[in-house]
Amino acid sequence: MAKTVIPIGPYHPLQEEPEFFKLLVEGEKVVDLEIEIGYNHRGIEKIAESKSYDQVLFLVERVCGICSTSHPFAAVNAIEDLADIKVPERALYIRTLIAELERLHSHLLWLGLAGHFIGYNTVWMWAWKYREPVLDIFEKITGNRQHYAMMRVGGVRRDIEADDIPAIGKMVDGLLPVLDMFRGAIMDDPIIHARLKGVGVLTKKDIFEYGALGPTARASGIAIDVRKDDPYAAYPLVDWQIITQEEGDVFAKAVVRILEMYESIRIIKGCLDRLKVVGGEIDAKVKEIPPGEGIGRHEAPRGEVFHYVRSDGSNRPVRYKIRAPSYMNVPTNQKSVVGGTISDATITLAAVDPCYCCTERVAVVDRRTGNKRLTGQDLIRLSQEKTLKLKSDIGMMKG
Amino acid sequence: MHLKTKALTKSIWVFHFAAASCNNCDIEILDALTPKFDLERFGILLVGSIRHADVLLVTGAISHKGMVRLKRLYQQASQPCLVVAVGCCACSMCIFRDSYNMAGPVDKIVPVHAYVPGCPPKPEAMIMGIVKLIKALRRG
Amino acid sequence: MRAEEILTKLKDKFSSRVLRVFEKSPRRVYVDFDPKDVPEVARFLFRELEGRLATATGIDTRNNIELLYHFSFDSSGIIISLRTLIDRNSPEIESITPIIKGAEWIEREIHELLGVNFINHPNLKRLLLFENWPEGKYPLRRE
Repeated sequence: MAKTVIPIGPYHPLQEEPEFFKLLVEGEKVVDLEIEIGYNHRGIEKIAESKSYDQVLFLVERVCGICSTSHPFAAVNAIEDLADIKVPERALYIRTLIAELERLHSHLLWLGLAGHFIGYNTVWMWAWKYREPVLDIFEKITGNRQHYAMMRVGGVRRDIEADDIPAIGKMVDGLLPVLDMFRGAIMDDPIIHARLKGVGVLTKKDIFEYGALGPTARASGIAIDVRKDDPYAAYPLVDWQIITQEEGDVFAKAVVRILEMYESIRIIKGCLDRLKVVGGEIDAKVKEIPPGEGIGRHEAPRGEVFHYVRSDGSNRPVRYKIRAPSYMNVPTNQKSVVGGTISDATITLAAVDPCYCCTERVAVVDRRTGNKRLTGQDLIRLSQEKTLKLKSDIGMMKG
Repeated sequence: MHLKTKALTKSIWVFHFAAASCNNCDIEILDALTPKFDLERFGILLVGSIRHADVLLVTGAISHKGMVRLKRLYQQASQPCLVVAVGCCACSMCIFRDSYNMAGPVDKIVPVHAYVPGCPPKPEAMIMGIVKLIKALRRG
Repeated sequence: MRAEEILTKLKDKFSSRVLRVFEKSPRRVYVDFDPKDVPEVARFLFRELEGRLATATGIDTRNNIELLYHFSFDSSGIIISLRTLIDRNSPEIESITPIIKGAEWIEREIHELLGVNFINHPNLKRLLLFENWPEGKYPLRRE
């Protein structure tokens, strides 16, 4: 059967520019995938060479809005690695607290989008509704819902007030029954099982070959997590465990993220307890960065963020290298999307939790000359329709 | 033109385009649709095609790849289509102004009718921006 | 495998081909090699020692182009960065993508931002820069 090309353009049906994801299909089956990035390339590494180390932290924060503190976290780890800086204990707990609150909001965001893609719009609304208290707490303790600017070389920029600790504790306690609800709604739902199990599978071998990270790797049974492998901040000081699943399908990736949120709450509460008793400085008051090189990383919600920095002793980096986790995870779609159907494409692409706006730019390319036009919205609709069909097949037509 | 513009202020259909964005503005735009802010009750709807849109929301600094897209989008939009630059990057490029990969802030590429600065602007700020735009249109 | 074991195995396997070892800290080690040894060392680190290629950094030092391949050994937390120097005027090196699939985008990025030619790379086309970006102009070079 000749391959057909269906261009999908969310922006213009007649455009010929390459899309982010170009799916080559034969009938309903995806036979090949081309990935084209560069829309978001802002030249941040180059800009970093003309900024001071303090300014670099504000710059890298904006690599990704959702993993906003993850990049500054890796950055301070890299610069402190370079300069052998010892960070005061209280600051370690504050850093960890912020990072885990971020994991909560990021995973809830993903849960909502995933729900939307498979037609569970109530999951979307609920996940994003319960994300709001996390953002409200961020605003309360850092001044902003996103882009919190908490990290500083040698410590943190703001302290956590004693009065705020109960509010943070109350908020995460309030999330526990919500997580229980999601767990029941998602992990026990036979339709979601039918929809997501066996879909978009990545084997252990795939993970190794591509160097995939984060929940994507952990869902295939590879227990890698920077917080345990190369411990930093308060992660070795509080009680928690790595979450893995074995099957490597979209369902496993969802389960990993849901269960990780419980662990994040454990870490947050552990940090809050310590912050009640550990006082002292929150900043090592670093004056200079000596010549040298450093590597810092952080387990962001999507996986390992990797930063490399080189200094010549001046107050600007000579070279600043950033590698976000999606860079390693997105190419795995060559394995997970290919061989699947068009209706499973959206949720499979979303399963590695790439940058949201990347998933907007999808083209389905069918090489026969019947130029069937499908928009990115159509792909989502196909995915939602598949769920409806499963619901009626299983005989449980819900409204 | 006045009559048409006034007509569209009854219910606003919005199309969202993100160029080189860190996604924070994009998420806050979607957030505005969630129960806490719930823009749908004002008749503000996110639509999937620029041809149906009254307002084009643009986020992110505009990269070269994004510029080509943005120009085409604006050409395809049925007029009047009002452009709102959401977030510091779209308004002025901010920290990315010296980047080798940027074509410019939104107003160098298409006309902009409202700017909502912020990094990211809160949903309340975006709503305020749209309300101000509507009021300005009604005043003529 | 513990960090010391990994380093020992590397040094034993390549002995005199190891040009320099810099142990910045217990978990950050930089090992220098000649460019022609890079594929073999990369294969050894990836297949034999089960290291993960976290990423690779390219730097224009003005004297040469320096490449650092950062291998993470997750069970012990050590990162061994394989460092090599190539000629700045005609920078090229054998690609390691045939050995490690995950290197594909990493090498493409260094290719377009620094102008390094990765010989035998399966797909060395532009990744980040737009099509009309001028040829021969490499944003991360210091001209």
